[in-house]
Amino acid sequence: MRTIVCLKRVPDTETRIRVDASGVRIDTAGVKYVVSPYDEYAIELALRAKEGAGLGEVDLVTFGDASAQEALRKGLAMGADSALLLVGEPDMDGLATAKTLASELKESDAPLILFGAKAADDDQQQVGPMFAVLTGRACVTGVSTFTLEGDKAICHREVEGGTEVVEVGLPAVLTITKGPHDPRIASLKGIMAAKKKPLVEKAAQLHPSRMRVHALREPAARPAGRIVGQGPDAVPELVRLLREEAKAI
Amino acid sequence: MADVLAFVERRIGRIGGSAFEVVATASRVARAMGGSAHALVLGGAGASAGAAELAHFGAVTIAVGEHDALSEYSPEGYASVIVELVRQGGYGAVLLSATALGRDLAPRLAALLDVPLATDATGIEVVEGRVRIERPIYSGKAFAQLDLDATPALVSIRPNAFPAMESAAAGAVSTFTPQVDPSAWRVRVLERKGAAEGAVDVSEATVIVSGGRGMKDPSNWHLLEALRDALGTGVALGASRAVVDAGWRSHAEQVGQTGKTVAPKLYVAVGISGAIQHLAGMRTAKTIVAINRDADAPIFAVADYGIVGDLFEILPRLSAEIAALKAGS
Repeated sequence: MRTIVCLKRVPDTETRIRVDASGVRIDTAGVKYVVSPYDEYAIELALRAKEGAGLGEVDLVTFGDASAQEALRKGLAMGADSALLLVGEPDMDGLATAKTLASELKESDAPLILFGAKAADDDQQQVGPMFAVLTGRACVTGVSTFTLEGDKAICHREVEGGTEVVEVGLPAVLTITKGPHDPRIASLKGIMAAKKKPLVEKAAQLHPSRMRVHALREPAARPAGRIVGQGPDAVPELVRLLREEAKAI
Repeated sequence: MADVLAFVERRIGRIGGSAFEVVATASRVARAMGGSAHALVLGGAGASAGAAELAHFGAVTIAVGEHDALSEYSPEGYASVIVELVRQGGYGAVLLSATALGRDLAPRLAALLDVPLATDATGIEVVEGRVRIERPIYSGKAFAQLDLDATPALVSIRPNAFPAMESAAAGAVSTFTPQVDPSAWRVRVLERKGAAEGAVDVSEATVIVSGGRGMKDPSNWHLLEALRDALGTGVALGASRAVVDAGWRSHAEQVGQTGKTVAPKLYVAVGISGAIQHLAGMRTAKTIVAINRDADAPIFAVADYGIVGDLFEILPRLSAEIAALKAGS
């Protein structure tokens, strides 16, 4: 069985983000990029589904500029079989991105298409379920692990402190969150093999964006805090400040 | 001139918390658009209980769709009913809360209505008749102001980010029976293990007590639980990435760029050094308290109040003092 994983290349989560002189973009100088962390969990679960079944393939898709090749190679090194780069420039309008992906994958026979539950840059948590609606697939979001049973997937979700077990009929879209299965580290052998795996580039079918960036800003600096004191003897003063000054308790 | 629809979520069988924030915000946006705010509630039989209260936050009408198949959230069921009402209503904006339910539901509405979606807004205004929102990107390392070029403007708002301002309105409650076909739904919940009674999710809590590697061992979490209990209701436990990665705590509690971004009134960081991706997730808290052994820890740069020292000595004292204060007040 074929599983497709849609992934995104994002700045490393340890990166400091600065707004550039245009005021509507971030300064990309010196920024290190990675596969969005939740997308790595999605790749891991796709590889496990393939290994569990003992057959099938894992195909990666991304929408981005030529530099997104690097993210696809990383997924191939983890063990995915092929990769497709839809060349274009995605923006904040997740529906336009979902339409671009749907234009390409609408006819796909893959029973499962996985997305990370959120991208570590825009954090909009929307492209997966939008894509599902556009392609007529059922969708479960925030899945930490799943098993396949015939024409259904049994998914474990984390919701507001509790958990849910959800059954979904295939073909389906699942958006994946951090779960019990950490993404594997690519081996040297995997990295070498990835260089020979198919990575196809084609122009993305673009859809007009209806969400325009008016401005970006960096967060206001928090006013300098103060050290109330050392050790447990500082507690009464802290409690007084929280009560009287911050009115927080 | 356009009206605004607020979709209101029932939680554990009742309306409250972020529901009031959504209606109050919808009411403010409606005034800016020269229209009025309307609330929509979905649920099983009796879902209208408590709905009249939404009038205090500015809802001119309160429609309650009652159907047994909607007593628990169904993505397909809820989306189909809401989309139908939005199509009929001709709204200028549709608002809902960016809770777990809202995050699942909103993108489905966007795709069905063919409008863009702004999630997790922390600011919203109407500029020349169009909705402009502000939202954190990179988990709060930056903020984006976005103009929505579609009608209705579909926006999910971050819990705790908007005041539940009271403004009385007529708020006539009417119930209706939505047309739904559960046999066509492909997503079915087999089992729900609810959080413990009264438990609050970290993304909606008004107070968060968060632990990091300085806690040394998962068995020490009772110290944080004691502080949580002393602080009263609406308090959630949070965790740093390090302790989630170590398997000490569940990912549901993780605060930061690979966890949840939170905006509580009070955030207490205990034994957390303050990695950049953690700070991104909690820096919009109103008041931040840090307790850490290392006076040079980056967490102290964002904390309003800090205590340097041994958390194992400080925590019991803090819990006791706050409990005494609460008992006396």
